[in-house]
Amino acid sequence: MNPHERSTLTANDNVYPLVLANISKQYPGCLANNNISLRIKPGTIHALLGENGAGKSTLLKIIYGLVQPDAGRIIWEGKAIDIVSPAHARRLGIGMVFQQFALFESLTVQENIVLGLSKKSTRNMHAVARRISDVANQYGMAVEPQRPVHTLSAGERQRVEIVRCLMQDTKLLILDEPTSALTPPEVDALFTTLRQLAAQGTSILFISHKLQEVQGLCDSASILRDGAVVASCIPAQHSTASLAEMMVGAAAPLLQNCTRTTSEDVYLRVTNLSLASDKLFGVNLQDINLSVRAGEIVGIAGVAGNGQSELLSALGGAQLCQRDEEIRLAGVAIGAMPADERRQHGLAVVPEQRLGQAAVGAMSLRDNGLLTGFRQGLVKRGILQTQAIDNFATTIIHDYSVKCDGSEALANSLSGGNLQKFVIGRELLQNPICLVAAHPAWGIDVAAAIVVHNALFSLRDSGSAIVIISEDLDELFSICDRVGALYRGRLSALKPTVDTSSEAVGQWMVGVFDGPQQRWPGSGVNSKQQCE
Amino acid sequence: MLTLLVGAMLFATLGKDPLATLYAFFIMPVSDLYGLSELGVKAAPILLCATGLAICYRANVWNIGAEGQFLLGGLVGSWTALALLDAVGFWVLPVVLLAGSAAGAGWAAIPALLKTRFNCNEILTTIMLNYIGLNLLLYAVHGPLQDPAGYNFPESALFSDSATLPILLDGTRVHPGVVLALLAVLLVWLLLSKTFLGFQLRVLGKDAGAARFAGFRIRRLIWVALLLCGGLAGLAGVAEVTGPIGQLIPQISPGYGYAAIIVAFLGRLHPVGILFASLLMALLYMGGEMVQIEMGLPLALTGVFQGLLLFFLLACDVLIGYRIRFITSRPARVPVACAE
Repeated sequence: MNPHERSTLTANDNVYPLVLANISKQYPGCLANNNISLRIKPGTIHALLGENGAGKSTLLKIIYGLVQPDAGRIIWEGKAIDIVSPAHARRLGIGMVFQQFALFESLTVQENIVLGLSKKSTRNMHAVARRISDVANQYGMAVEPQRPVHTLSAGERQRVEIVRCLMQDTKLLILDEPTSALTPPEVDALFTTLRQLAAQGTSILFISHKLQEVQGLCDSASILRDGAVVASCIPAQHSTASLAEMMVGAAAPLLQNCTRTTSEDVYLRVTNLSLASDKLFGVNLQDINLSVRAGEIVGIAGVAGNGQSELLSALGGAQLCQRDEEIRLAGVAIGAMPADERRQHGLAVVPEQRLGQAAVGAMSLRDNGLLTGFRQGLVKRGILQTQAIDNFATTIIHDYSVKCDGSEALANSLSGGNLQKFVIGRELLQNPICLVAAHPAWGIDVAAAIVVHNALFSLRDSGSAIVIISEDLDELFSICDRVGALYRGRLSALKPTVDTSSEAVGQWMVGVFDGPQQRWPGSGVNSKQQCE
Repeated sequence: MLTLLVGAMLFATLGKDPLATLYAFFIMPVSDLYGLSELGVKAAPILLCATGLAICYRANVWNIGAEGQFLLGGLVGSWTALALLDAVGFWVLPVVLLAGSAAGAGWAAIPALLKTRFNCNEILTTIMLNYIGLNLLLYAVHGPLQDPAGYNFPESALFSDSATLPILLDGTRVHPGVVLALLAVLLVWLLLSKTFLGFQLRVLGKDAGAARFAGFRIRRLIWVALLLCGGLAGLAGVAEVTGPIGQLIPQISPGYGYAAIIVAFLGRLHPVGILFASLLMALLYMGGEMVQIEMGLPLALTGVFQGLLLFFLLACDVLIGYRIRFITSRPARVPVACAE
């Protein structure tokens, strides 16, 4: 198809690139898609809104050929077809960026991208590498083609996924929560890219929980609830509140501030923490200083891959520090203490990856509750207390409204957001004196995020210290008392959120911060920005 | 079933009546009480090795070295028994059994050390140690432990009565080792399903990353798995030499340690499943001997049957999980190159 034909199509509104008619999909235990009909116009950005488990992911999988619908028709460019596989979908011109990354960890960025390309265009690997860099630069995304994917952080992986789709001649680009791992300038850059693509005639299906983004970017929106389309609208004509109401079904409860227990007791103190990363291409932590008081939430911002995973490993005990005194938990030096002893002293950790770090996919929820909750009376003299373990898991599922098939459900059968609620609940139920959490609300919907944030607040109000490591500035500003940013393994000074702005933190995230840690190797970016 | 079918075809091509041979292979060995008791005697060492291996495999520790740990258990057990040849008392036997068990665990400690310290692949180290163990055994029966009054045959002196497992059932060879094996099954089952240690081992096997983040001591778990397995395999070895054999000979194991690998997987790494799988495997051993006597077929058939069994088990596992698709050449591609 050449550009001229495409423009005539745009003129004719009756010819949609993609029409879904009465799509239904039944899974054991739930009707994931119920009679969904959807039309996507050429050259528009269409938003798909809905809570966790509303059926968005299933619908995307159907469009991308990963799942076959039980009923209904898919009409692609005027012809009814069955999309039998993702390869078929890509040949048709459908590109997808997944929420859970679909990258091979042991391969490099370039190899991963080549896998999605046609044979013809991959003969010359040098040309491919050049094109990757070109595409990446064009849209302002730093990607090193030769790096193995397992060394990349969540944000970097997402960039690879987006670049991979942009490499192909895509007529319909599907983005499942593409902005959750990006900094505000990166989000702006991405939106510019998407508008550019839409202007060239590419249709975009955009899934996000951030309603402001949807309002600012999308031309139209379909709202899913319980597997069915409950409304279609033009998002700019509605308020955020009314959009949220359509998604959830009732007005979302507001966050409330109750009486807070604060004190001058420092529960977590990190002193001059320096740690060489044990990973290839990892970031070495240098002179990290951090203190968190009881009843305080401290946020650590930063672009993915600037030492977040390493800081999390160092705090959680997955990687031990050189000296015991580098980390103190309520006065106890724990720097060289293994993770289970740290837990005994009242530390809880929510790691970055849900499956593979926070939970075991092939085990049931009750076993996953036991995974870190084993100090809550679930084990007596080395013997598992079946009843207590069951109760623990059931309590988590109930208190944090985890949607699942009961405590025997396997962790990998849960949607990302529901598993996150389970993991957060598991850590919070242990009443830690200090909680370290990596992007707690990443990829979960408004209602679930409120559940998680309220839980964090009540933990804070009960006098615990909380550290949030996140790439989502909005989240940090809405829940944290003080924020700082990581840049190349160094941490900026922490400032109260009320005295700073997202612009200022954005500056810290690219390395412009003063104070004792201003000893970075002179790089062009830094010196230029300082002059301004 | 597939194993039986292919086995029958094999017998037919060898010029024997397939049904009669299968009867001789699978039914005749257990047609009387003595046969049944022999089944238990044969199954006991396999069972001990396989339950130990199940612990390792559940924790993703690929111990192929049950054979070597078995041989070392037999060797050191024999050495202890011979050193205590003149001792009389109820304490002799436990000492001998413990020595054998400890030797098996010690042999397993070598790969454990290499894996936790130097990150050596335990598959390679355990296999290599199997051969070292076998050669140590051969050296011992030809050298230091050889019976001085044995006309230079490669075997040790017979152990004293105090160092020999008693017969539990008259007219059979059932010895306490069989009971120990059943006990081991029960204990390992309890360990894996009811204790926190077993839970940690299972988490390590399913997702090492999660085990690390939950704060489990991975090195310690690897040690525990290998030592337990080595101890059980060593116990099996010493129970063989002090039980049915009564002396140290070069052929104390007809490949029990390797057969146990098949048994562990055949039993789906579950102790109760392993119990039944080990009985089946013991039957294969006995059937192999039976057809050799009755039909004049070679003993190597046992190995063939074991191989067939594992092969079909793995193949069925793959075919249950995945579907075979025959990929024909793709239809002409929808134009994708228009961007070029």
